[in-house]
Amino acid sequence: MSPTIVALSLISAIVATGSLVGFVARSHRKMDLEQWTVGGRGFGLVLVWLLMAGEIYTTFTFLGASGWAYSRGGPVLYILGYLPLMYVISFYILPPIWDAGRKHGLQTQADFFEVRYGSLFLAAFVALVGVVCLIPYLQMQITGLGLIVEVASYGAIGHTPAMIVAFALVAAFVFVSGVRGVAWASIVKDLLLLFAAVFVGFAVPRMYFGGIGPMFAVLAQAKPLHLVMPGATKDLGHSWYITSVLLSSFGCYMWPQFFAASFTARSGKVLRRNAVIMPLYGITMPLMFIVGLCAVLVLPGMSNGDLSLLTMVRKSFPAWFLGVVGGAGALTAMVAAAIQLLAGATLYAKNLWRPIVAPRMTDQQVAGLAKVMVLILTSGALFFAIHSSTSLVSLLLAGYAGVAQLFPGVVLGLFSRRVTTAGVSVGLVTGLSIAIFLMMTGQDPYRGLNAGFIALCVNFATTGLVSFLTPVRVPAFDEAVPSISASQPSKEAPTA
Amino acid sequence: MKRPSLGALLLGLIPFAATCFSVALWDRVYPMVFGLPFNFFWLIAWLLLTPLCMWGAYRLEISRDSKSNRAQGGAS
Repeated sequence: MSPTIVALSLISAIVATGSLVGFVARSHRKMDLEQWTVGGRGFGLVLVWLLMAGEIYTTFTFLGASGWAYSRGGPVLYILGYLPLMYVISFYILPPIWDAGRKHGLQTQADFFEVRYGSLFLAAFVALVGVVCLIPYLQMQITGLGLIVEVASYGAIGHTPAMIVAFALVAAFVFVSGVRGVAWASIVKDLLLLFAAVFVGFAVPRMYFGGIGPMFAVLAQAKPLHLVMPGATKDLGHSWYITSVLLSSFGCYMWPQFFAASFTARSGKVLRRNAVIMPLYGITMPLMFIVGLCAVLVLPGMSNGDLSLLTMVRKSFPAWFLGVVGGAGALTAMVAAAIQLLAGATLYAKNLWRPIVAPRMTDQQVAGLAKVMVLILTSGALFFAIHSSTSLVSLLLAGYAGVAQLFPGVVLGLFSRRVTTAGVSVGLVTGLSIAIFLMMTGQDPYRGLNAGFIALCVNFATTGLVSFLTPVRVPAFDEAVPSISASQPSKEAPTA
Repeated sequence: MKRPSLGALLLGLIPFAATCFSVALWDRVYPMVFGLPFNFFWLIAWLLLTPLCMWGAYRLEISRDSKSNRAQGGAS
């Protein structure tokens, strides 16, 4: 058998196994909106952990991190900086978000804004921000899948057809399984990813340099500046590092899919414990950097750094192993994309379409519309993935800059009684405008600072100022009577 | 919502101080530790130390929760 067939059939087998696990996991449950989106709020420590890891350790872990280590060097450390810190933030904000969620029957991030700020329009706007920011994130997964198939087929399959096939699979997967199936599929993916990352991370430097230590010794001699900031870049220095780490750690749980994942937990305690242990899982991340850094010495001059890990694997190991690594990467992209699609589609149907266009829709119709949206969002991200060539990390940073602007509304909404609807709305619009303006005009980083972070600071200041000048009209969560305009889960919704 | 206690917040500030604001102090190649450049070593060490800090914060919050529950006669 040719290496292409070996590698590709292993990838397909792994993807099929993962999908099957997801399908079996959901098969005995009724699929109403509550079950499809938040798994009936019954997930314990292990499932929540899997779901959150499924979202956070994505294709980006695999390809983007090694890609930036290869092409940028030192600045890639920002990933290692923000990883533990985002869990620190989650320790303080997720348990109260979960409390509010249970008390008011919240299913999405926009529900949170609707109940806390009493405004359907603010909620719809938040949903719009979430859905738009999800597109670069989804695009990242699609691009990653395309790269995997391209390298694994030794160039025989172009990445455009590969992306199209892969995402038909993802859409089908989301249709049938819902959030519980996705959580179980991510078990398969996590085990494989862990195995592949640890093995590749130790084996590659050993093969070429005799170990990780000797590899760094050679690199420190040959390219000492590549190992510290700003590395191979001009403007990603220490001030960029600090602002990007802060933006990413504040912004991370503002992604609609992470935010909604907290509603799947059985209790707030589960989320707190999760926040304590999750940083340990980040230990695979430096191994990805190491593979990218080996590639700096072994394969200099590649034009697309995101290919560095897969190319190193292809160069160093037999075809079947490339298949295992590629399969892990492909399944990772699928699981992550599925979670994003689920969150994005539900947000759109429930918080944007129903309240603004068709207030009389039943939950069942909302679930139907959400499924149509899965197709539309997938096609949109696929379109962008085919027509643009931004690096994976840059895509991620752009999405973060947008979604982090929701942070003031969430944090002040939880802990302040003085914050007002007008304050949050004006702050959000101001922050987004600044972020979009700086990015569109190519001014990120701006004077060495992360553009999204500058926008976030202005956003906070504006929210505070306008809140100070306007009266409070909506009670805070702990003052409000549990009521709900965000929908009640319908009891007898049939299996989807 | 009930705000986190001051002690728990301070424990959470430690990792921020160590891995974010102090970047200029540790972003260097030498001295290498366990064969890793110093900046890599430092951040990897904090992947392990952050859970320790947050475990402390967890203990604090848990004991505060049970105290306030008792004070309110079990109602939360």
